[in-house]
Amino acid sequence: MSTRKRFDVVGKPRRRVDGRSKVTGLTKFADDVVLPRMLHAKMLRSPHPHARIDAIDVSRAEQHPGVHLVLTGRDFPVSFGIMPVSQDEFPLAPERVRYVGDPVAAVIAKDEQTASEALDLIEVKYTPLQTIATPEEALAHPEARIHEYGEHGNIHRIQAYEFGDVEEALAKSDHVFEDLFFFQGNTHLPIEQHASVAAVDGEGKLTLWSSTQVPHYIHRALARALQVNAAHIRVIACPNGGGFGGKCDLHNHEIVVSRAAMRLGRPVKICLTREEVFYMHRGRHPVLMKFRTGVMNDGKITGMHLQTLLDGGGYGSYGAASTFYTGVLQPVSYELPRFKFDACRTFTNKPPCGPKRGHGTPQPRFGQEVQLDKIAEKLRIDPAELRLNMVAKPNSLTANWLRIGSIGLAECIRRVVDISGWKDKHRKLPEGRGLGLACGAYMSGAGLPIYWNKMPHSGVQLLLDRSGQVTVFCGATEIGQGSDDVLAAIVAEVLGIDAFDVRCVTGDTGLTPIDLGSYSSRVTVMMGNAAIQAAERLREVLAEAAAEHLEVSPERIVLAQGRAFLAEDPGRGISFRETVELAEAKHGTLGSVGSYSPPRAPARYKGGGVGPSPAYSYTACVVEVAVDAATGWITVPRVWIAHDIGRAINPVSVRGQVEGSVYMGLGEALMEEQVFRRLPPKLSGALVHKIPSLLEYKSLTSLDMPEVETVLIEDPDPNCPFGAKEVGQGPLLPVMPAVANAVWDAVGVRIDEVPITPDKVLRALERKAKGENPRVGPESFPAVPYPEPICVAPPWEGGDGNASKEKRKAPARKLEGMAAS
Amino acid sequence: MMRLPWFRHHAPDTLAEAARILAGEGPNAMLIAGGTDLLPNMKRRHQSPSALISLARVEGLKNISNGSGGNGEMRLGAGLTLSDVVHCAAVREKYAGLYQAAAQVATTHLRNMGTLGGNLCLDTRCNYYNQNYEWRKAIDFCMKKDGDICWVATASKRCVAVSSTDTAPALIALGAKVRLFSATGEREVTVADLYNNDGMDYLTRRPDEILTSVLLPAASGWNSSYWKLRRRGAFDFPVLGVAAAVKTASDGTVEEARIALGAVASRPFLVEKAGGLLVGKALTDDAIAEAGALVASRAKPMDNADLDIYWRKGVVSSFVGYALREIRGDDMRVTRLRIARHAL
Ligand SMILES: Cc1cc2nc3c(=O)[nH]c(=O)nc-3n(C[C@H](O)[C@H](O)[C@H](O)COP(=O)(O)OP(=O)(O)OC[C@H]3O[C@@H](n4cnc5c(N)ncnc54)[C@H](O)[C@@H]3O)c2cc1C
Ligand code: SF4
Repeated sequence: MSTRKRFDVVGKPRRRVDGRSKVTGLTKFADDVVLPRMLHAKMLRSPHPHARIDAIDVSRAEQHPGVHLVLTGRDFPVSFGIMPVSQDEFPLAPERVRYVGDPVAAVIAKDEQTASEALDLIEVKYTPLQTIATPEEALAHPEARIHEYGEHGNIHRIQAYEFGDVEEALAKSDHVFEDLFFFQGNTHLPIEQHASVAAVDGEGKLTLWSSTQVPHYIHRALARALQVNAAHIRVIACPNGGGFGGKCDLHNHEIVVSRAAMRLGRPVKICLTREEVFYMHRGRHPVLMKFRTGVMNDGKITGMHLQTLLDGGGYGSYGAASTFYTGVLQPVSYELPRFKFDACRTFTNKPPCGPKRGHGTPQPRFGQEVQLDKIAEKLRIDPAELRLNMVAKPNSLTANWLRIGSIGLAECIRRVVDISGWKDKHRKLPEGRGLGLACGAYMSGAGLPIYWNKMPHSGVQLLLDRSGQVTVFCGATEIGQGSDDVLAAIVAEVLGIDAFDVRCVTGDTGLTPIDLGSYSSRVTVMMGNAAIQAAERLREVLAEAAAEHLEVSPERIVLAQGRAFLAEDPGRGISFRETVELAEAKHGTLGSVGSYSPPRAPARYKGGGVGPSPAYSYTACVVEVAVDAATGWITVPRVWIAHDIGRAINPVSVRGQVEGSVYMGLGEALMEEQVFRRLPPKLSGALVHKIPSLLEYKSLTSLDMPEVETVLIEDPDPNCPFGAKEVGQGPLLPVMPAVANAVWDAVGVRIDEVPITPDKVLRALERKAKGENPRVGPESFPAVPYPEPICVAPPWEGGDGNASKEKRKAPARKLEGMAAS
Repeated sequence: MMRLPWFRHHAPDTLAEAARILAGEGPNAMLIAGGTDLLPNMKRRHQSPSALISLARVEGLKNISNGSGGNGEMRLGAGLTLSDVVHCAAVREKYAGLYQAAAQVATTHLRNMGTLGGNLCLDTRCNYYNQNYEWRKAIDFCMKKDGDICWVATASKRCVAVSSTDTAPALIALGAKVRLFSATGEREVTVADLYNNDGMDYLTRRPDEILTSVLLPAASGWNSSYWKLRRRGAFDFPVLGVAAAVKTASDGTVEEARIALGAVASRPFLVEKAGGLLVGKALTDDAIAEAGALVASRAKPMDNADLDIYWRKGVVSSFVGYALREIRGDDMRVTRLRIARHAL
């Protein structure tokens, strides 16, 4: 950043550049797109959890007045799926339905009402097939097979990795802790329900406006699904009213309205109902976990064997990645010399699971952090000290070959311990009140895209002209997280102007350079680095022009506060606009581009591509709970949380993300669950979502929100723009285990599953009163046919990042020296 | 979004006219007040009335008469919104239980629209029923609407959907009555008698009757309280409502008492003998515990609402304790804040 250290925009708490239009209701979401001659679509969905479609008769629907088109599976011969390895969905099911809510037909009519009426006129003949409701059933019944692909039977993915001989490590440990945990599934619950509008122009080219977090992936997948030249498709991601991972897939309705618009030559819109959003789902996988962890008397971990079993629902979605994420980030927080990780994802006849905030990692994080609490309790070590003793080292490699750069975890722990009064309160509060501590870590962007390529992950283009206006183009998508604000701020900082003077054009595959999308907390880091590069390139041009005018050398020019001036004599300078005029006169039309690709990951083994990231963020959280012994009723009066952000570009947004994470985390900890209801099998084959409504699917209201005290730890990471790491997902992770640990501190019972509800607490209290194990949680882990592991020696055991051919025998080397990198 | 079915709409100005239209339209017509219960239900096709008769413009339904007869009674018009009831100083002062119940209905926005009359006539609820048409089709419907069987109790001959009104138990404990008006006349029944224990035929109101007002007896010497169990501090319908009203002599001896329960049957009901148990005693911890145990034995929650049913039954006595201790004068503010998430 040449001559200047002080920042004018970065780090200053500011109103977001898009804040005013959001709070005044002027932001245009996909549902606000209204076009002349627009028609409306509705989809008919399967009432069966698993069935074969024998026949569909749409003739009555087609004749219904006001109906323009009826589509069925026959209109969509090509399957799709967001990941290249899981092309297992159809826009409309041609012959098989796999969950209640799976779409089978669509009606396009003059209005929504008419379309809905016509749905009732479609006759579908089904032959019900055996329903697979749970992972246990999926393992026990390879038939009826939900998909023809996958590992075998109803197992979608199954895998095992071993980084060093874990059994040996456990055998040499002072203690081995074995625990089972269960994390119930839950959904994203964005306030904006998905909506899409498709239109073709006079030349037959298609534009799709949609609630999507990933316009680039949608663009690619849509071209394939429709078998249309991608150059003739433009996808515009409207600002999303919340995404949280639920708008990362290509969705059936997006393909349906696109096809319909192409057929009819008229714009077609669809808005999902809340119930349909519950069916689109792609939310948190229910995960059953088994942890076996070896520990020395000083609390240090010697090795961990983690087994996970995921309930994937009816389709692949991002499940192949989710499966990895139920383990791969375990080693990035604490020193973990050896690690074994077995994972299995099953298909079941329920809406497909996928990525939700934290994608696959909150579940094992819950288990790990609760188990650490048990370890601390047993070894009589303070849980904060236990963790501080083994925080992973900066600039190190993990057992599974992830490169850790900066790590502010220790500082996070110290600060929450400090501000919460932990030392005076933990294990010292009166019965019924307690404090729990937990930590978390997350990626600042996935190291690899979801399809293999060598191109940049994010591109930014800048346009300046003599009016002094600055327009920045980037494919990144504003989903409420504040990415437009980050983009404007970074450009403004580099060019020395006000963030409100930067116009952002984002999330439009027809106009903006590619950015992979708003997922995996990648946007600030990747888009930000690309934006810095683009802006720096222009800054140089501007500084040169100003220097020429002021007759000094360019290195002495500062661009700040809307001017270009001399570093040592700020009075001598010209306005930004004059600078642009000079530059435009000198160089012609001004523009620049920047792009970013993450550093290459050190892992060389197959599967090692999931987990690497340019930087990891860290969080520590202390939750206070009050538990009523007579009813088990839980209240959370306060939460303290410290997040290692690297640097806050806009501290207001960062705090907003942290508080939003606490909000969502408490929902997952205390009440949210995507659960299903099976009717008595003798009377019915139904398996339905129990509560697909915003009223009955419980998440916190503002009245249920505790006081939250947020601390930002700023230790700039060299891989990140101005040092800024992610904040969108990481702060969620510690909240759930911190609640569980606080409940233990309050009343001495362990709830080894989420949600932690009052009935479970009361049940555990009753067990405690009877002298039984004061615990509620999973009782057993089924026999899962995990394969022989792929063995990869950890860096400190002589590995080179490749898988070894045979299972490695006990290494001669000592386990010390892990910080090697 | 989900759309309403088609219907005709009437907006009469007088009660007589409303009653006449209602009688003329027959049982396929329905009254609509705030619409906060009815319209979502219509979107889910629970009801598809051919005509709606709006009470919004009907004169006199928003009246409050406070002890005008000199007997200390209070009459509240059925058309008052729940917010009107909450903000009525006389209600807060004299009928704390009603205030606390009304203040815990739904959310601020819904209380601004929803009326007292609508709250008393609220449809019963069940999470096999409060689902949209497609969902219900996936379970082949149920007895309450479009189907034959009750999925909650498959052997049951009747629907066991839950009465979910908050104000009704409070009013029952207070000994209130309602006035029903029709083209053929007017009558008064106790709030307790307004209900049947049947999830489908849950009101004793005839289809041609309009609930016009609620009559509250004189409050002197009485104290009342309402405690609601729900997951969150807003939105949620009760999964248990405990209402108590106690009349005490100056020395603290109970002269008369009533305890009513909501959301644990298809009707809100007065718990027989519970009041009698307290009469002649002071509200000691023992007396409260005894009443709690008796009341709890009468609660029959069903597995068709939020939260675990055994747990819901298990906490009834605690909630009775909260209500009676509040009436006794204990400082319940911390507990209230924990349960209701706001001061009441
Ligand atoms: C999200 C949500 C949460 C809710 N939470 C609660 C809650 O916690 N507790 C609770 O008690 N309720 C709750 N409700 C239900 C409802 O909002 C309230 O009960 C409200 O008071 C209903 O009044 P209304 O005027 O809107 O009734 P409407 O919807 O207009 O009518 C309801 C029923 O009463 C009939 N009716 C209305 N007025 C009369 C009259 N004068 N005479 C005869 N029949 C009449 C109608 O025909 C209809 O059958 C909730 C509703 C929603 C949508
Ligand atoms: S209680 Fe039974 S009949 Fe009544 S609504 Fe519920 S499932 Fe239907």
